[in-house]
Amino acid sequence: MTQLEPATGRDTEVPKASAPRSSRSLPVDLRLALLFGVLVVIIVIGWATAPQQFLTESNLSTVLRLAAPSGVVAVGMTFVIISGGIDLSVGSVIGLASVWLTTLATQSYGPFVMVLCGLGVGLAAGLVNGVLIAYGRMVPFIATLALYIAASGLAERISGRQTQVVRDEDFLDFFRGDFLSIPVLIWIFAVVVAIGWVVLNRTTFGRRTFAVGGNAEATRLAGINVKRHTALVYGVAGLCAGLAAIMLAARTTAGASTHGQFYELDAIAAVVIGGTLLTGGRGTMIGTVIGVLIFTLLNNIFILNNLETDVQKIAKGVIIVIAVLLQFRANRARSTS
Amino acid sequence: MTQLLTMTGIVKTFPGVRALDGVDLQVQAGEVHCLLGQNGAGKSTLIKVLAGAHQPDEGEIHWLGQKTTLSSPVAALRMGVATMYQELDLIPGLSVADNIFLGHERARFGFTRDRRARHEATALLKRLGHAEIPPDREVGRLSAAGQQLVSMARALAHDARLIVMDEPTAALAADEVDNLFRIVEELTEEGVAVVYISHRLEEIRRIGHRVTVLKDGRTVATGLPADTPTSELVALMSGKRVETVYPVREESTVDESREVLRVERLGRDDEFADVTFTVHAGEILGIAGLVGAGRSEILETIFGARRAHEGKVFVNGKRLRAGDVKAAVEAGIGLAPEERKSQALLMDMSVADNVTLASLAKYSSYGFTENGKELKDSRAMLEDLDLRPPDPRRGIRTLSGGNQQKAVVARWLVHGSRILLLDEPTRGVDVGARAELYRLIRELAADGVAIVMVSSEMPEVLGLADRVLVVREGRVIHEAPADQLTEADVLDMVMEGSAA
Repeated sequence: MTQLEPATGRDTEVPKASAPRSSRSLPVDLRLALLFGVLVVIIVIGWATAPQQFLTESNLSTVLRLAAPSGVVAVGMTFVIISGGIDLSVGSVIGLASVWLTTLATQSYGPFVMVLCGLGVGLAAGLVNGVLIAYGRMVPFIATLALYIAASGLAERISGRQTQVVRDEDFLDFFRGDFLSIPVLIWIFAVVVAIGWVVLNRTTFGRRTFAVGGNAEATRLAGINVKRHTALVYGVAGLCAGLAAIMLAARTTAGASTHGQFYELDAIAAVVIGGTLLTGGRGTMIGTVIGVLIFTLLNNIFILNNLETDVQKIAKGVIIVIAVLLQFRANRARSTS
Repeated sequence: MTQLLTMTGIVKTFPGVRALDGVDLQVQAGEVHCLLGQNGAGKSTLIKVLAGAHQPDEGEIHWLGQKTTLSSPVAALRMGVATMYQELDLIPGLSVADNIFLGHERARFGFTRDRRARHEATALLKRLGHAEIPPDREVGRLSAAGQQLVSMARALAHDARLIVMDEPTAALAADEVDNLFRIVEELTEEGVAVVYISHRLEEIRRIGHRVTVLKDGRTVATGLPADTPTSELVALMSGKRVETVYPVREESTVDESREVLRVERLGRDDEFADVTFTVHAGEILGIAGLVGAGRSEILETIFGARRAHEGKVFVNGKRLRAGDVKAAVEAGIGLAPEERKSQALLMDMSVADNVTLASLAKYSSYGFTENGKELKDSRAMLEDLDLRPPDPRRGIRTLSGGNQQKAVVARWLVHGSRILLLDEPTRGVDVGARAELYRLIRELAADGVAIVMVSSEMPEVLGLADRVLVVREGRVIHEAPADQLTEADVLDMVMEGSAA
């Protein structure tokens, strides 16, 4: 052992660009650049295949309005996945919240209560997940699967499997309206992304989320209450689902137990495409947004070109595989230390 | 006697450590070859090379006179080398038979032939003298001894010509040990060779034929008869390094008037019991003992990471709530755990993120992190500790082991901790950086910090600590000022030998 050179300076000569991504250690990230490239390619394809329609204001506005609710869900999912967990229940929770906030009883209290009801149901469902996982030591997959099933049952029971029409004009006017000639739904999506980014990168909550997902034991031994934090992270995901339910109810002018179906899978796919590791500890909010946009624009291109939904689904699957494979390569190229 | 295995000049390096630095080992058919060495001498790495789990960087391996490489665990098994790891590598949810034939299932056209597997499993267990173990019993429901037998049956199922046993008696009661030894004798009579690793010299006397001693990744003696006097073996194992890096004793900085940490009759079922000691400001208390003696468990229990079943911990006279890490941290205790990577570091994050993890409240206002202040304080602390490079934005993964350890210490100093629990602080740290850590620990003590340090390296404890507790099998068996103990005394105490 004695011939070894001193430790310092030996494995430390790794160029800076290859240092692991931390919340703030790197201005440029290879994988984010890659992802952005994919987005650009998709935009170019859209422009090339449907030059008259794709890059028009009305098309983009429609597309983003459609994507806004699932984008909000993906922001919440980003927190959960960075913390090392998964939330399968968000789709059903959207259905439940949308039904609850559109019952005749809730609607009779006016738009303000409807919004509070949607957010409250989402938050409560998320905290149930969180408490089961953190304090009941359940595996996230199972706990949220249970809630996925139970919440959709509850939604069906409340609504009697009927679509509940939203009659509150103020509610519809606000959420279906424009602000500075951009739809409010898109504003909400943008604001949620901005808040999500700030919370993830500029608050102790975000720092702890990375820490819990990166190494829960080390975080616990640093004196941080890992259980409470885990529970809160699922609360955030639930809150986002509640907000998405409000947005969906406004967009479709109805609440239904079928709202939000498969949103959990779209959200997970977008987060994973965005470069967030399912093993936790690493991920970016910007990546998630790009993931959402890639999916949304792809959908739009297929519709503009009159391709069937079956082709869309196949393409989506292929995109997920390619994106993850590319990131895996980029990852390996980085972690040579 | 045929020469079964010859290893010459085996070298294996990991980032920051030269785990094997020229190991020679010759094993003959039908012998029990014992491997002796202190913790960290390279035994585990050598076993992994033998099992094909690690590839050596240099050196040659000959099997029955033919040069060979053990390129994978499968290759090693095919050749006839089976390994029984200390941490049993069985799958608790599978049956006895399934475990025995795992990886070479009794099957035809991909369909498992369960009856045949059960039958053969019974035959193997019978050969081991335990036909009563039902082959379809779940392995997780067997006793430790039963699992050991399954592990051995698995080795036999591969028609192993060489079986490596890593501390096989660690989990066994006395009569089970007798049975194990009988089996080992029968195997060797059939010409199977056994490489036997144990800390217990008496076992080596009982069944060993020859002994190889490792020290600092090198073979210091090989082919010694098993009845070599204990004093000679201990001398070989502890033999002074050519270049000593261990700290020279310095003036003690103990402030006897300030008792900072008091531990009273602390215990946890099946781990340790009746641990009592005090530490003063500026004092370094060393805990010496073997891996598995309960040292880490004691530190983690004081820190609240494990809940004490009995006993009390006081910090500055105030009792600490059991099992509450946050309370311990707030009382000023910091733990630098043994498994740095899995228990202390956030490998994907920056040095600054790691340093401030325990003090986020200090580096935020209204929940928003104050990155400027964080970077400034981290940088100052890194410079204080001479962590190189002192760049808080760098990913912690890129630092060497010694600098990572400094980052863990920095975490607690930034938090203002005045009691540090250091568990194997120099593990995975190479020689140059060790000296720096020793100096750092001394300086911290001089600054009035109370330190409890666990180490398996006796010279480290003896050179650094003011007082030493010797721990064996979860009990404190001796306490003395460090300058009244010698390395041989302590080694002897922890290994339950009878020399000196």
